[in-house]
Amino acid sequence: MNSKTMNSRLRTTIAATMTSGVALLSAAPAMAQVEIEYWQYFFDARVTAMEQLIENFEEANPDITVKMTTFPYDNYRTQVAAAIPAGEGPDVVQLFYGWLNDYVEAELIQPLPTDTFPAETIESEYFPMVQAMEIDGEYWALPTAVRSLALFYNKRLFEDAGIEGPPETLDELVDYAIQLTERDGAGNLTQAGLTTGMTAQDHHWWREVLVRQFGGTPYNEDYTEVTYDDEAGIEALEYYLAFQTEHGASESSFMDEPQAAFRAGRAGMHIDGSFRIGALNDTRGLDWGVAELPAGPDGTQSNYSSYWVNAITSSAEGEEYEASVKFMEYVTSPEAMQIWLEVVGELPAKQAVGMTDENANDEVYGPFIRGLEYAHTTIFADESAQRQLMVEMVERVFLEDMDPAESLGIAAEAEQAILDDYYSE
Amino acid sequence: MADIPDSTGPGSSGLKGRWHRLSIRQKQVVWAWGFLAIPIVFYVVVRFYPTADAFILSFQEWNMLSDREWVGFDNYVRLWNDPVFWKVFVNTFEYLIIGTPISLVLAFIVAYHLDKVRFMHGTIRALYFLPFMTSAVAMAWVWRWFYQPVPTGLFNNFLAQFGIPQFPFLQSTTTALPSILAPAVWAGLGFQIIIFMAGLRAIPVTYYEAARVDGLSNWAQLWQITIPLLKPTIVFLVVFSSIGFLRIFDQVFNMTSTNPGGPLNSTKPLVLMIYETAFGGRSRMGQAAAQTVVLFTILLIVSLLQLRILRDR
Repeated sequence: MNSKTMNSRLRTTIAATMTSGVALLSAAPAMAQVEIEYWQYFFDARVTAMEQLIENFEEANPDITVKMTTFPYDNYRTQVAAAIPAGEGPDVVQLFYGWLNDYVEAELIQPLPTDTFPAETIESEYFPMVQAMEIDGEYWALPTAVRSLALFYNKRLFEDAGIEGPPETLDELVDYAIQLTERDGAGNLTQAGLTTGMTAQDHHWWREVLVRQFGGTPYNEDYTEVTYDDEAGIEALEYYLAFQTEHGASESSFMDEPQAAFRAGRAGMHIDGSFRIGALNDTRGLDWGVAELPAGPDGTQSNYSSYWVNAITSSAEGEEYEASVKFMEYVTSPEAMQIWLEVVGELPAKQAVGMTDENANDEVYGPFIRGLEYAHTTIFADESAQRQLMVEMVERVFLEDMDPAESLGIAAEAEQAILDDYYSE
Repeated sequence: MADIPDSTGPGSSGLKGRWHRLSIRQKQVVWAWGFLAIPIVFYVVVRFYPTADAFILSFQEWNMLSDREWVGFDNYVRLWNDPVFWKVFVNTFEYLIIGTPISLVLAFIVAYHLDKVRFMHGTIRALYFLPFMTSAVAMAWVWRWFYQPVPTGLFNNFLAQFGIPQFPFLQSTTTALPSILAPAVWAGLGFQIIIFMAGLRAIPVTYYEAARVDGLSNWAQLWQITIPLLKPTIVFLVVFSSIGFLRIFDQVFNMTSTNPGGPLNSTKPLVLMIYETAFGGRSRMGQAAAQTVVLFTILLIVSLLQLRILRDR
């Protein structure tokens, strides 16, 4: 403990003996030690990164200590919901962008102060998708990092097949996938050209990338209406299904999970999020590269991005609130974003940090960061239920031989029902 | 430590006096209730209160974040109109109707023969019991791997070696449910065998001796002595394993975790549906509670019916 904190502690103690102790806790002098609590779900790299951020923050603000608590992902939401109304929860909390509405409605978080976080500054500095955190002119939460999709490819398999570099268009993607596919004597797939599986990231790829590239839009402007049930949607779905049905270059059940097949070196190409970088880095003997998602028939580029945000809870009051604001300022600073990128592999949420020459041209992060510029963030009512509909849309074609257009219609109707149900509440 | 109130002080003398005036019988009753109070309180707090709360919750809407809101029978109406629920309902009974008889017949056949085996009896019995002690999650993942298509799956690789086409196991809407049921039956077998063997051992040997003197065939002995005398055991196992199959979850969830209950909901049991409604995506606790009440009702009816049918005969 340094002498400054010692002094302030001493002063607090003397003052405390003179006045009533309880009343003082909330009205302590500005120099007194403030402790705020930060909650996030447990994910090794995220915890390491946050520990580093907290250390730096405490060094710069010796009168504030930050206590971090983590919970398993499975019951994180429940923990937060139970603790905040009871007044025992965190002052700053991490949540998935898709949960924001629920948190705002339940009054678990409070808007960020407009003087420290003016809307215009946020809109000019952050990647556009962060605007989803704005409700009625106020920002409620901000991310440190964001994630987007890109195409991972196996360099060794590319070399063996005599392919120069990653595909740049959807047509090339098909071509290369066919070339990279291998089957055994009985015709069983032993090496997939491209991994597919709506259960992984493909539902994002189909919705926000393929549908747009075939000239459609997945939803209306505010994501309250499903609009992919048209020609473009059908074409996008047929393009996707053809990898399995027509080209035989993929099987959705191949090696259980798409990323497992890629990690095992049994797949030539694989579409996944930036959060996969860490796991691939740890895979020995796998020589992989990353490229931006292939462009559509008319050159349209698109991507999907998502993120986790930090917000100040409604239980933060007085000096804890002040400290929380300062902490929010730090975790959304360029410095914090760079640390997050290096430790977690997730991309800076501010353009100025993400688009530095070094980051944007980085061999691994580059394609993800460049993808952010044209990325869309789906506003989900219930992500897992909406994904499930995409899974079933494809299954009906594979397992029940349903016409793709019909299957698409069923999915669209069911998804609209989920949205209607959600927005009518 | 001097200020502990003296138990012989004036305050407690009334109570003490009253205790002395009780007869031994009454004292025994007080003691009995005193001891019973602990489990009763425990059951009320841990079992009955949450159960009652679940019933109430099934008429409310709650996402764990906001306040609970009364919606009347909405949750049940929604359930009634949900095609997935009916699919799940049928699946749940398929697990029961296929699983229970198969597992009981298998367990009985094994127990019947194991009972006659002298050689390494204990070891063999232990081997049968082992899967029951293994974690259902670990087991499900091993079987999930067995069922994978070429090049990862054990079974399909075996088939491929002989040039036999792959079998879709978990990938087809018709074979997925039996594929999941198989390891579930296998895992429960050890327990049922042990119970059956205890039942077999409880039948007096003299009955068989008398039957042999009368020249009764083995088959007749089985139908006229063994099975009738095993009835209490059978009743117990039927009810017990039915409840087990109606509540199946671990195997299904872990073997289809990328697409829970898939493909196309063909393996989804009620418990998995409840779990998804409550904790997947949007936490619709009221809806999940309604599903739980339905499951509770099914379990109750099935158990009562079985007890009745098997007892009256």
